[in-house]
Amino acid sequence: MSHQVTLSETRNESGSDRGTGSFGGISLQIENVSKVFAGRAGNVEALRPVNLNVEAGEFVTLLGPSGCGKSTLLSIIAGLETATTGSVMADTRKVQGPGTDRVLLFQEAALFPWLDVQHNIEFGLRQLGTPAGERRALARRFLEMVHLQGFERSYVHQLSGGMRQRVAIARALAINPAVLLMDEPFGALDALTRDRLHAELESIWSSTRKTVLFVTHNVREAVALGDRVLVFSPRPGRIVREFRINLPRPRSLEDHSLVDESAEILTVLRDAIGNDELEAENG
Amino acid sequence: MAKAIDIFTPRVSRASLTPWLRRILFYAALFILWQVIALSGIWPDYLFPGPFAVLSAIIAGFGSGLYLQAIGVSLSRLAIGYGISLVVGLVLGLLIGRNRILEETVGSLILGLQALPSVCWLPLAILWLGLSEQAIIFVVIMGALFSITLGVDAGVKNTNPIYLKAARNMGARNVALYAQVILPAALPAIINGLKQGWTFAWRSLMAGELIFFTLSLGNLLQTGRDLNDASQVMSVMVVIIIIGVAIDVLIFGPIERSVRERWGLNR
Ligand SMILES: Nc1ncnc2c1ncn2[C@@H]1O[C@H](COP(=O)(O)OP(=O)(O)O)[C@@H](O)[C@H]1O
Ligand SMILES: [Mg+2]
Repeated sequence: MSHQVTLSETRNESGSDRGTGSFGGISLQIENVSKVFAGRAGNVEALRPVNLNVEAGEFVTLLGPSGCGKSTLLSIIAGLETATTGSVMADTRKVQGPGTDRVLLFQEAALFPWLDVQHNIEFGLRQLGTPAGERRALARRFLEMVHLQGFERSYVHQLSGGMRQRVAIARALAINPAVLLMDEPFGALDALTRDRLHAELESIWSSTRKTVLFVTHNVREAVALGDRVLVFSPRPGRIVREFRINLPRPRSLEDHSLVDESAEILTVLRDAIGNDELEAENG
Repeated sequence: MAKAIDIFTPRVSRASLTPWLRRILFYAALFILWQVIALSGIWPDYLFPGPFAVLSAIIAGFGSGLYLQAIGVSLSRLAIGYGISLVVGLVLGLLIGRNRILEETVGSLILGLQALPSVCWLPLAILWLGLSEQAIIFVVIMGALFSITLGVDAGVKNTNPIYLKAARNMGARNVALYAQVILPAALPAIINGLKQGWTFAWRSLMAGELIFFTLSLGNLLQTGRDLNDASQVMSVMVVIIIIGVAIDVLIFGPIERSVRERWGLNR
């Protein structure tokens, strides 16, 4: 792959030269997307109109207190939920339902307990009609990418939380989506595992150049991963702040400038949205 | 080292052996008690035969080929009735579990019918179909169908919606969604329904066969009574128990175990 971007280059270019290859991410235009859930006890306004442009291959983290509508926004982008107003464009096409160009990853990993690891990873490929031999080869490749070779025959309950998230990432990557929508995928993991997965995700991202939208309520995680950090207000959610993170990659959570930047953002946030639900630490 | 072995090995084997030992002792005692009562002459032999009389009735029954034939008839009725219930119950359960309107209408009807012991269908079945194969299979179906349907329904409804989201996101639709996600996700609950359905089917089959004239297990019970031959009645009862336990242990046991193991439900 001649299009491979070096790590140092990754940082300062904000993605303008990335979309030329046949692989990698696509851009997203989120225009005026709002969501009101109609319930028995009245309507719940989950999202105020959100406008957001994500460049192809960009890593954007969404930061906000719980219940502010982050999951709802990702579900709408994934096409699993319809927006009350507004529209989502993936590349040049309007999102009208789920599609394998955008894959959602959940906090609970959502692996199928009736399938072993291998067949979990093959699931999306099977839906696409990929022949069995090719499926197996691809599953093997992505299992290696997340460092889980040898666990093909394991069932979900035999894996730790971190391993489950790795399998979920491999399962998503296997269908070669252009956009990864990650909904607090590491939120339930211990700090050490989370650290390792940050590094792995960063390296997968820098080698595949997929567009990533990553939701978290952990400030340091947001700063460690994102090119940009978008901050949501409490429900009904809307984007209230945007920070561009100009730290070199690969980043380390212990890095002083990262810690400083996180602290700075946290202070701004406390003043701006008066919410102390956001986590400052890693884990 | 030696001490560790001393502590662990005997404890493990003792733990797994004693239940069996206790069981064997219990049945031996029961056997002796039964024999003592039979020998005491409180009741005449033809009303309360001893264990050896029952055993020889079993041997004679199998020796003449009569019991095997009866078992064949009863099990084939069970298989046909249960097979039909299985197919219809799966489809019905899926529909009810996924469709709100069907749930509110057909679902409530099935819940009501489930409360009716399936032998109660027998008079109606005989009126409609005569003392025929169809009538008895109908009763077996009524025994198993609703349990299976409700098991599938419960499984589908209790499925974690996140599996459906993930599957739809990865491109699963229509038949693939049902076959590869909704059904397997519901499997633990479905197996409960299948087990309960089999129990009801077996009971209603035996009850139904009591009033039929063709050779079958239930019919053998009835002819034993007609002949005043309690040892035949008891020997058929023993056969029915053994078949019931065998189906539980040999068919449902392994299926249930393998699902529980896969899902990690044993913790
Ligand atoms: N299906 C739904 N029906 C009704 N209300 C919902 C539904 N999904 C989410 N909500 C509500 O919308 C708000 C935002 O939810 P969510 O997007 O899950 O927040 P977050 O992911 O930021 O924690 C919450 O108040 C939640 O209760
Ligand atoms: Mg959420």
